[in-house]
Amino acid sequence: MSRKIVVGFDGSDASRRALDFAITRAQAQGDNILIAHVLEWSPYSFLTAAEVEERHRRRKEELQRAETAILTPVVRHVEDAGIPCATTLRYGHIAETLCRIAKDEGAAMIFIGRMGNSGFASRIFGSVAATLAQVSPVPVVIVP
Amino acid sequence: MTGASTGMTYMTKASLAALAVLAAGPAGAQGIDETVNQVFANSTGWFVSLIFSNFPGTTFPWIVGWLVVAASVFTVYFGLIQIRAFGHALALVRGDYSDPNDAGEVSHFQALTTALSGTVGLGNIAGVAVAIGIGGPGATFWMILAGLLGMASKFTECTLGVKYRNEYADGTVSGGPMYYMTKGFAERGLPGGKFLAVLFAVFCILGSFGGGNMFQANQAHAQIANVTGAFPGWITGLVMAIVVFLVIVGGLKSIASVTEKIVPFMAAVYVGTAVIIIGMNFDMIGTAFSQILTGAFTNDGVVGGAIGALIQGFRRAAFSNEAGIGSAAIAHSAVRTKEPITEGFVSLLEPFIDTVVICTMTALVIIITGQLIQDPTTGLFLLNEAGDGIQTVTGNSGVTLTSDAFSSAFGWFRYILVLAVVLFAFSTMISWSYYGLKAWTFLFGEGQTKELIFKIIFCLFVIIGASANLGPVIDFSDAMIFAMAIPNIIALYLLMPIVKAEMNRYLSRLKTGEIRKFE
Repeated sequence: MSRKIVVGFDGSDASRRALDFAITRAQAQGDNILIAHVLEWSPYSFLTAAEVEERHRRRKEELQRAETAILTPVVRHVEDAGIPCATTLRYGHIAETLCRIAKDEGAAMIFIGRMGNSGFASRIFGSVAATLAQVSPVPVVIVP
Repeated sequence: MTGASTGMTYMTKASLAALAVLAAGPAGAQGIDETVNQVFANSTGWFVSLIFSNFPGTTFPWIVGWLVVAASVFTVYFGLIQIRAFGHALALVRGDYSDPNDAGEVSHFQALTTALSGTVGLGNIAGVAVAIGIGGPGATFWMILAGLLGMASKFTECTLGVKYRNEYADGTVSGGPMYYMTKGFAERGLPGGKFLAVLFAVFCILGSFGGGNMFQANQAHAQIANVTGAFPGWITGLVMAIVVFLVIVGGLKSIASVTEKIVPFMAAVYVGTAVIIIGMNFDMIGTAFSQILTGAFTNDGVVGGAIGALIQGFRRAAFSNEAGIGSAAIAHSAVRTKEPITEGFVSLLEPFIDTVVICTMTALVIIITGQLIQDPTTGLFLLNEAGDGIQTVTGNSGVTLTSDAFSSAFGWFRYILVLAVVLFAFSTMISWSYYGLKAWTFLFGEGQTKELIFKIIFCLFVIIGASANLGPVIDFSDAMIFAMAIPNIIALYLLMPIVKAEMNRYLSRLKTGEIRKFE
């Protein structure tokens, strides 16, 4: 039976490496790929009144931009490799949202790239890869 | 429309004066100050006295009565909704009822904090000290009561604000009392909606220049000068005006978002410090509460007796949380939500946080640290020499009294307080620039140039507010903010059945489980 692999994809070089690695695994095992793009968003951040008013329009723009600039180009890339492919676009905390996607879609694995920020920055801001490794409900492949 | 045109004449005068002040520089400011004061005092004094005039034979301003009576009517009409829906409001803010698929839209939490940043300000710090200084500890009781009642007013106006907002093709929205006055009245077949809406919009624009701008800049400068020593106000004004300009005209989101992050933090530090000070004096808590309760009903030496305490408490609550003024309805109506009533539920937390929590903390710290001097034998409060307030340990009143009370426990807190006042003033300005703009576009239509004109005038008023001692101008614009409550509350009375129908429909669906939490 073909399994579903979630690939966390943000258009960065690291996420491209993760996707390419996921493609080779999927080819070998006959899996299909769900490309997940998460826009960082916290419902507990603070906004000015003007930002509140613009939010709905901006959200639409952000979704559209992500769809055309990030997701659409890579779908072809994956399908050219002969892998069945779907995409999902969400707002939220990146690691938590990837976990929710994996759970909702019944995925077998999550593939993500690693930014490779050493030490200080990730200690302060946290790292998606590290968080995911801690909390993911399914096996996680972290591609360097 | 006569109201609108006279209003515009005053505004033109004021902005001409602003340009003159700028051109003449600080040296010539004194003479111009006096001229502007004179012009304003002569032409607008009657309006200020009208708004702030007292009920015959009392020192109780009728406008405060207007707000408190309305709050009581809404409390009864909606069956103590502020208590019934309190838990549900918290659940909404926590996001329990938010559809995860709507992530990326403005959350209830964000709507609440945005509206709060417009109301939490100097009133919570300085105004409370004034109220306690005159009305004694008993004023706290009435302030809390008025805050609790005000929750029902906010609930009513914010629900209507969302229900009758305008949505445009590009996804932006405009809302507020002017829209429920026009659309809501038309729907119910009531006359006069347009007239009330124009009246409200004019008051709102002038109020946004005054209480929401000049007064804030003025007080921020006073606080800074208090710590650094005296220096010309136009320096503070110019710096603040540039920062405001960068945010509202330049769209410099980073400054705004930094402030918006620091303001809640400052509020938390303020309340946290107050809690610590109260904890350090825990043996005084019982005494403080008995002073608050007895002071609320007996004459224990305060100005005007128990009635004086009531007047001061009600005034403070009304001036601080803006319930019934209509400003919060503008802030909340920008939020996209499937159910207008949910914004109403969320908004009823504002007077609670603003008045019942933050104002009460200020009051408790002043009372508990023993700033007010009592006669050791009779237990009555001693009046100061002028007889217009209670004698304090340091002889100070207003914001310095708050500063004394906090500094008696932590000396460094006076500096935090200055920072808090300046930041609160700034965030209040940003919020009011938005309220004023919405009223402006309602009157003159949407459009980039029209909006830019408003924003530039707004920035000019920041400089005037900080640099000049324009008593009558500030009085006038303060009166404008309260004048907003006249058309707004009339509209709320006429439209409250609509809110009730919405409320009943929503609550029954909540009960049957049709509306449920998302996992």
